[in-house]
Amino acid sequence: MGVPVRRFDAVIVGGGGAGLRAALQLSESGLKTAVLSKVFPTRSHTVAAQGGISASLGNVQEDHWEWHMYDTVKGSDWLGDQDAIEFMCRKAPEAVIELEHFGMPFDRLENGKIYQRPFGGHTQNNGQTPVQRACAAADRTGHAMLHTLYQRNVRANTQFFVEWMALDLIRDAEGDVVGVTALEMETGEVFILHAKAVLFATGGAGRIYAASTNAFINTGDGLGMCVRAGIPLEDMEFWQFHPTGVAGAGVLITEGVRGEGGILLNANGERFMERYAPNLKDLAPRDFVARSMEQEVLEGRGCGPNKDYVLLKLDHLGPDIIKQRLPGIREIAIKFAGVDPIKEPIPVIPTCHYMMGGIPTNYRGEVVIPKGDNAESRVNGFFAAGECACASVHGANRLGTNSLLDLVVFGKSAGDSMVEYIKNEMPTWKDLPADAADRSLARIARLDGQTNGEEVADVRTAMQRTVQARAAVFRNADNLSKGVTEIQQVAERVKRTQIKDKSKVFNTARVEALELENLIEVAVATLIAADARKESRGAHAHADFPNRDDEVWMKHSLYYGDERRLSYKPVHTKPLSVDYIPPKERTF
Amino acid sequence: MTDFDPVELKRIRWHSRRGLLELDLVLERFLAQRFDSLSPAEMSAYKALLELPDNDFLDVVNGKTDLDDPAIMQIVEILRAI
Repeated sequence: MGVPVRRFDAVIVGGGGAGLRAALQLSESGLKTAVLSKVFPTRSHTVAAQGGISASLGNVQEDHWEWHMYDTVKGSDWLGDQDAIEFMCRKAPEAVIELEHFGMPFDRLENGKIYQRPFGGHTQNNGQTPVQRACAAADRTGHAMLHTLYQRNVRANTQFFVEWMALDLIRDAEGDVVGVTALEMETGEVFILHAKAVLFATGGAGRIYAASTNAFINTGDGLGMCVRAGIPLEDMEFWQFHPTGVAGAGVLITEGVRGEGGILLNANGERFMERYAPNLKDLAPRDFVARSMEQEVLEGRGCGPNKDYVLLKLDHLGPDIIKQRLPGIREIAIKFAGVDPIKEPIPVIPTCHYMMGGIPTNYRGEVVIPKGDNAESRVNGFFAAGECACASVHGANRLGTNSLLDLVVFGKSAGDSMVEYIKNEMPTWKDLPADAADRSLARIARLDGQTNGEEVADVRTAMQRTVQARAAVFRNADNLSKGVTEIQQVAERVKRTQIKDKSKVFNTARVEALELENLIEVAVATLIAADARKESRGAHAHADFPNRDDEVWMKHSLYYGDERRLSYKPVHTKPLSVDYIPPKERTF
Repeated sequence: MTDFDPVELKRIRWHSRRGLLELDLVLERFLAQRFDSLSPAEMSAYKALLELPDNDFLDVVNGKTDLDDPAIMQIVEILRAI
């Protein structure tokens, strides 16, 4: 039976900020462009970005892109590539003004210019004084950006395939990318989308953790597809966390709660932060509090039936302060933790927020992998942008408000590179390999034929518990090596998942089983890369190797799924036009 | 039970996957506890609610804003309480 083929100049997988920004470049240059999205594009996870988008416009205070670059390099703990960081920070003002011209409703100053708000880590003069650099549309910056870009794409005749899930990347005998296979959920049919160039903008994979702020759609589909197609993943050991998410839900409890006097307790009712940080106690830096919380859990002093969270106590503040100074917190606790903080403490746990690693790209959005002596050889026809890509601008830790900037700068850059590639190098389509759809069809056939298998939800929970326990914020050699063994056992179970509903049309059980096959690749990559990195840098804090080791470890990891092995490549130390920013100790 | 066809019900379930975690969590509970026993009118109201942009939808669920349609508000009240 032949799999139907549809042809486009460019296929974009993912309809969030990065995918839509890239699609706009392609459609506006007259290329036939398809955007695939599991959900309606304006319901992508980009809508969750509230903080803003950074650009050194200098509308409120003096600012320069070089200062933004310094903050980003420092934030990355010197793992970010300085050419890509320069590119992003230099392009930022132009990118924001372009969004303004597209009609994005930014908050404004009285003089009509875009208002800029302060944000942690944004400074003048290379770390000297805080600066207001974040541009926002109230607390809905991501939402406003997504709607603005979607409207522009409709105008530019981008073709949307809504409720289509990409299944696998198609590479030919030369390793070039010539399309993707995809499942139309409406019919359950598998299609081949044949393209001259493919962009992945599939977002993050925060759902590998039990505690995650990510929406359910963030299942790392692009990363799973890459691993299966022999493309390595870069810097997968680096994940950003918030210390206090509601246990079992992931919804964040603002740090303001501890600022107002909320305290953390373990199962014995002990205010354990007094032990870890005798002076600052519960107001110690975010990563330090998060690691202390997890250490309590690992040493058996966690609360609840699984002893897997700690408690945030507020009731001693009294109902008036809780209601007046912490609006919304009580509602969140009642709704998502089932407790009224006026009477009871809130169960909390460090919660995953953002994936720094991803598909290795350069600042042009081209996917680059080692080949022979070349550490960064281009994969013809393949591009990536946004959270799924690793350019790498975030390095070991992302600076706040750089995520939305990443989407538009690298979305546009990748789109431009694709236009150039299609027009100059790919006048017509390369042939599809004869076995183009075989892997995808085999995956679906396996699911349909599986008997005596395990429930998808059970295996997913086992994966999330393992990653949370072994590779969250508290990392040590013993814990990580146990995690490597355990996650590979879970990966074996993923091969035997079973779905009861075998129907074709709108079978969401099948979609969830396929998503788990993507998540597990990310989870295994995370454990293996984290276990190997014997230093502490940015979000990777290793208790047995507490210092950053630039001599040995200032390098990017690359994880290959076929043999579950790692290789490394150097960090780019040559910016495009300015001097290298040499490593310093990261103090604040 | 509803007189919606089974495929339409599956589609509505999928449309309950959103861009915001808070909505995912509330709607997951709603799907597990209430979805199968909705009347046709209630199902239509829920379907209409799913058309809202995520942030507006969350404001409604969180009680920051109300909607005019009483039938939709009935579903909203269930979501607020769940």
